[in-house]
Amino acid sequence: MTAANTKLSRTPAGGPGLRGRLSDLSSRHRSIAVIVGMSLVALVLPLIVLLPPFSSFSGQTVWMDGFTIAGIYVLLALGLNVVVGLAGLLDLGYAAFFAIGAYTYALAASPFTGWDLPFWPMLLVGAVVAAIFGILLGAPTLRLRGDYLAIVTLGFGEIVPIVILNSSKYTDGPNGIGGISPPTLLDTRFPTTGNPWPFYLTMLVLIILSMIFIYRLQDSRLGRAWMAIREDELAAAANGVNTVVTKLLAFAIGASTAGLAGVFLASKLQTVTPNLFRFDVSFTVLAMVVLGGMGNVWGVAVGAFIIFMIQSVFLKQLNIFFNNVQVPILSDIDFLQYQFLLYGIALVAMMLLRPEGLFPSRRRRRELHTEEDEVFAEHGDAMGAAPE
Amino acid sequence: MTTTTTVLSARPSFVETFQRLRLGPYLFVLGVAAIDYVVIGPNQFVNALTIGAIYALVALGYTMVYGIIELINFAHGDVFMVGAFTSMFVLTQALGQDGPIDSPGMLAVVLFINFTITMIALGILGAAIERFAYRPLRHAPRLAPLITAIGVSFILQNIIQIIYGPSPINTPQVIDPAARVEIGGVSIGVVNIFTIVTAVLLMIALQMLVSRTKIGRAMRSTASDRDAAQLMGVDINRTIAITFFIGSALAGAAGVVQGLYFGNIQFTLGFQAGLKAFTAAVLGGIGNITGAALGGFVIGFVEVTAGALGFFVWGQAAVFAVLIITLVFRPSGLLGQQLGERT
Repeated sequence: MTAANTKLSRTPAGGPGLRGRLSDLSSRHRSIAVIVGMSLVALVLPLIVLLPPFSSFSGQTVWMDGFTIAGIYVLLALGLNVVVGLAGLLDLGYAAFFAIGAYTYALAASPFTGWDLPFWPMLLVGAVVAAIFGILLGAPTLRLRGDYLAIVTLGFGEIVPIVILNSSKYTDGPNGIGGISPPTLLDTRFPTTGNPWPFYLTMLVLIILSMIFIYRLQDSRLGRAWMAIREDELAAAANGVNTVVTKLLAFAIGASTAGLAGVFLASKLQTVTPNLFRFDVSFTVLAMVVLGGMGNVWGVAVGAFIIFMIQSVFLKQLNIFFNNVQVPILSDIDFLQYQFLLYGIALVAMMLLRPEGLFPSRRRRRELHTEEDEVFAEHGDAMGAAPE
Repeated sequence: MTTTTTVLSARPSFVETFQRLRLGPYLFVLGVAAIDYVVIGPNQFVNALTIGAIYALVALGYTMVYGIIELINFAHGDVFMVGAFTSMFVLTQALGQDGPIDSPGMLAVVLFINFTITMIALGILGAAIERFAYRPLRHAPRLAPLITAIGVSFILQNIIQIIYGPSPINTPQVIDPAARVEIGGVSIGVVNIFTIVTAVLLMIALQMLVSRTKIGRAMRSTASDRDAAQLMGVDINRTIAITFFIGSALAGAAGVVQGLYFGNIQFTLGFQAGLKAFTAAVLGGIGNITGAALGGFVIGFVEVTAGALGFFVWGQAAVFAVLIITLVFRPSGLLGQQLGERT
């Protein structure tokens, strides 16, 4: 495995020429590439929205608030990618951990409890609390086949909002918790309206840190163990991987990322209600991961951003556009209503036609296509990078 | 439940005979039922049996599909929901019904047509889902069919939502919900009896089909070893398609009785019912048909009891707790064989 990996990184994987050298460079200095890449994206986005087609929809402030929320989904998708993409475990109740993170901060810094704990350490606390719930849920189920995890997480994702809804004493039930404190930095509170930059930049930092963290994990011993389990659990176990602990770690890390995103959401919106964390969220994030390309950190991030923008901007604009133009049939269609139908179709179509996603990871693409060519009939993919 | 392998005396002792019958799980369910009867009283008990019968019918589909291709068919709950809507469509549009039917002959004809059309339509839907969403992925990594299953589930939900809207809609209760009969001093709704009897008849029919017919044998052999079955001349694709057909037809029947019993249906119906029915299948021992039926009734008891004791909103949570407890302490379920825990 290690030998195959070194060989892999020495060959100019991106192909010859400048593009190849660039992609080679970026895979050797990943953390720097992430910082540079994300910063560029973050700089360009506020400028793009000043240009004609975008500037007519809404002002820069509104756009940047939208991007910040999109960033939350990017964070969620990055976390779910660890669980689904790297370790190959299907988590269908991911929004539950998001909710747990959000309510952790909501209880810690709102008039509802009277506490006002600072935001920055609470980011970590929210992540840890979510991870603990992840371990509690994963421990009984991860000993069993992966399918059970899917249904148990589906149930968990359903139960958490119900529990929040019905424990009015601790969560104020359906009203949700309001008046949550925004973060403070150097004794100044983040402005909740007007200047969108503080939240935007915080989100950027969170995404960069998570991406670097996940990239480092992916290249570590743990990351290789995850991929081994994903491909063939029995073979991984036979080669000395402690499958239960490894899967549990993937699950906990995924949950903690959602917890992080939840804390940020609570501080950004200043209110949380159980309705924010319904199954729709879990499903949307799953669609983001699958469409972006399971296992590919960049692909998943880009996929999440694009899907969020499509659902929150494009479909809305499509409605407005067709209403204005008065196209007979199209103006009667509420495109937002079709959003989840589209996700459903996209999930099925992607699995059937392009299982590696729109932006596949190199390793994943090779695995999936060797299998298609039937070079290795059944278990050839278990050897990962071997065929070369 | 524990198998004795030591003593081989000519006359097995009473205890041994008892153990060989493997009655433990059945006694467990009977015990649960008996305690429950005392706790919640006869009326709620009948209610629990009725709801349990519906869950059991849905659970059969989960367990059959899992038994044969080891896939959790997430779309199955939504197939059940589509069944309820199909039944409503057949009753209102095709048969022009809008309320209770008084004459028994007429009622029988309407119900017969409704069940036949709904079950066949749903069977075809189930087989089509298998053909287009699962069959191409039979040799793909495990994750792939699970993801298409969840995708299909969302497609079904949203199609129904787009057609019938998001709010609950009424469906004709052709069996008068007020009609009751007195049995042993307890007044029981006719619709309850109808639901329970229909479910039990369908379960018996399924059990006969699986154990006595040629296609049943093909299903059992495919479930136990697909390659060997193929070598023996079983048409695997056809057998799996028929399994989906039967499972979905049963879900369709469950949809019909759901509409008759509750009188209103909603597009989100399948999601929660699916979760409960899956819990029932796991509790009974996934892959085991009798187990799924038993599990369905137990889940009915759990849910109705939670409601009767004043924890209505926690019913769902209680069912979920049952799922987790089963997975922790007895992952093979009440009647299941020890499952391979990996692969």
